[in-house]
Amino acid sequence: MIKGLFVKKKKYATIPTGKVKQDVPEGIMSKCPECKHIMVTKELRKNLLVCQGCQYHYPMSSQERIASLIDEGTFTEYDADMISGNPLEFPDYVEKLEGDRKKTKINEAVVTGAGQIDGLDVTLAVMDSRFRMGSMGSVVGEKITRAIEHAIEKETPFIIFTASGGARMQEGVLSLMQMAKTSVALKRLSDRGLLFISIMTHPTTGGVSASFASVGDYNFAEPKALIGFAGRRIIEQTIRQELPDDFQTAEFLLKHGQLDKVIHRSEMKKTLSTLLKIHTEGRV
Amino acid sequence: MAAELEFERPIHELEKKIAELKSFMDEKDIDLTDEIKRLEEKLSNLENSTYSEMKPWDRVQIARHAERPTTLDYINFLFTDFIELHGDRLFGDDEAIVGGVAFYKDLPITIIGHQRGKDTKENLRRNFGMPHPEGYRKALRLMKQAEKFNRPIICFIDTKGAYPGKAAEERGQSEAIARNLVEMAGLTVPVICVVIGEGGSGGALALGVGNHVHMLENSTYSVISPEGAAAILWKDASMAKKAAESMKITAPDLKELGIIDEIIEEVKGGAHKDAKHQAELIDQVLETSLDSLLSMSQEELINQRYEKYKKIGQFGFVNDSIVVK
Repeated sequence: MIKGLFVKKKKYATIPTGKVKQDVPEGIMSKCPECKHIMVTKELRKNLLVCQGCQYHYPMSSQERIASLIDEGTFTEYDADMISGNPLEFPDYVEKLEGDRKKTKINEAVVTGAGQIDGLDVTLAVMDSRFRMGSMGSVVGEKITRAIEHAIEKETPFIIFTASGGARMQEGVLSLMQMAKTSVALKRLSDRGLLFISIMTHPTTGGVSASFASVGDYNFAEPKALIGFAGRRIIEQTIRQELPDDFQTAEFLLKHGQLDKVIHRSEMKKTLSTLLKIHTEGRV
Repeated sequence: MAAELEFERPIHELEKKIAELKSFMDEKDIDLTDEIKRLEEKLSNLENSTYSEMKPWDRVQIARHAERPTTLDYINFLFTDFIELHGDRLFGDDEAIVGGVAFYKDLPITIIGHQRGKDTKENLRRNFGMPHPEGYRKALRLMKQAEKFNRPIICFIDTKGAYPGKAAEERGQSEAIARNLVEMAGLTVPVICVVIGEGGSGGALALGVGNHVHMLENSTYSVISPEGAAAILWKDASMAKKAAESMKITAPDLKELGIIDEIIEEVKGGAHKDAKHQAELIDQVLETSLDSLLSMSQEELINQRYEKYKKIGQFGFVNDSIVVK
């Protein structure tokens, strides 16, 4: 009873960021945050950052993701130097951006560019959850839109790997409008008969889930990725009941008909490559 | 009687005082005409200054006013022969969104809008105007129908947001919203969106990809509610007033950010003071807006929508201190 007085109760909904914050350890050995299995870090990297014990998929940086998919030496990055302003003059926003730029060595929460997968041309966008939780502000929206325009111009498929907490609060309604901006571009891509593949990785929520992530010609996800529109705690508070453990996981979405397939990271390049071939044959 | 809003309290107090003086004058047969006249002048000045310098939080209060006119109110005033159409043909009929066909001055038209309830009972039925996926899918079905028969579409936006519930997630809330954004982008008919109350995040935007987007003077449009923003930014929902100011959610803010086209003037003190007159003010903007879009070809309409959204956002480049649009 008395103890209860001193426990600080959580008053507000929190976005589950726990897993994302666990950057892959730099040491010689790494312990899996899920099953506590200990692996040699070098081996873990060779295994595409998937735990050999429980198949837990560690978050991947955009650089690592691109290296795991794109044929060596074929990647050309677009708009690498585009950076956010501070349109709403939000306190501390500029400092936070600067901090993330230093930490991640990238300028914003998405990396876009052109490259090849098993010799086939693609336009690629990879979101990076280490940068402002992968949130979408003006730059993320603009870079993705420009990448889609490149795909239209060069008539390549467009592939996106999403990882995002949603719209970026500090840019307010401008962030919201990036959902519309990327959508008008995707419509144009679709009308030209071009292929769009969306792969949702942990986490894909809010405004990103409710825009480009969900409207691929193919919607895929990595195992156990958290995918959803509203936050778990907000839903629990609203409906006043506990949600199942697998709520909003990739497997939950698959069961409810929201995904084409859940793809293990070790199968990712092969699956994409096969799909690209199916579409290439189809276009001849 | 309209509920009293905090910032209007001085006005109400003065009104009360004038009424008291009047009854006192009648009772005691004392001439207080000069005094009353002076106070009435003061009241008029106070009203003008209060309503012309409304703070963002004042506007939030008006946008959320229980008696603020809803989509069905405006449909009643603005259109004739309205036939409401129900259901998404997939799961059910979501009453948080209403839609149908009607005439707008002899022009066949499709109307879709979020619908709040006016009392608790209606609010329960309409889920407080917070749609499930089937609501967005009904909206899309009606938009596609409008496109097939070449009717312009008018969307009224008035929601706190898409409903955050278990069933909504299971049925694909994200996909339903996302699909509308993409499909609205490609509609071959004019689409006009009017924010009439609260424009809450993705749940509002799912009816909001239009050729023209207008906002009533005291409506709001935001990525998150002021309470939500305050909880995240300052871990304190009571800072909502401050959040409302810094998040730039009012019609003048959005006009300045280049997101909306016209601010629709409101009746003094807010739309709830005179719904019919408010409908007339909407009508004027709607007519001009529609006129300019009706002369555009299908391709022009799609391209105009593309360019409109493409230019929203602010960013710069490394080694380039100027933030370009």
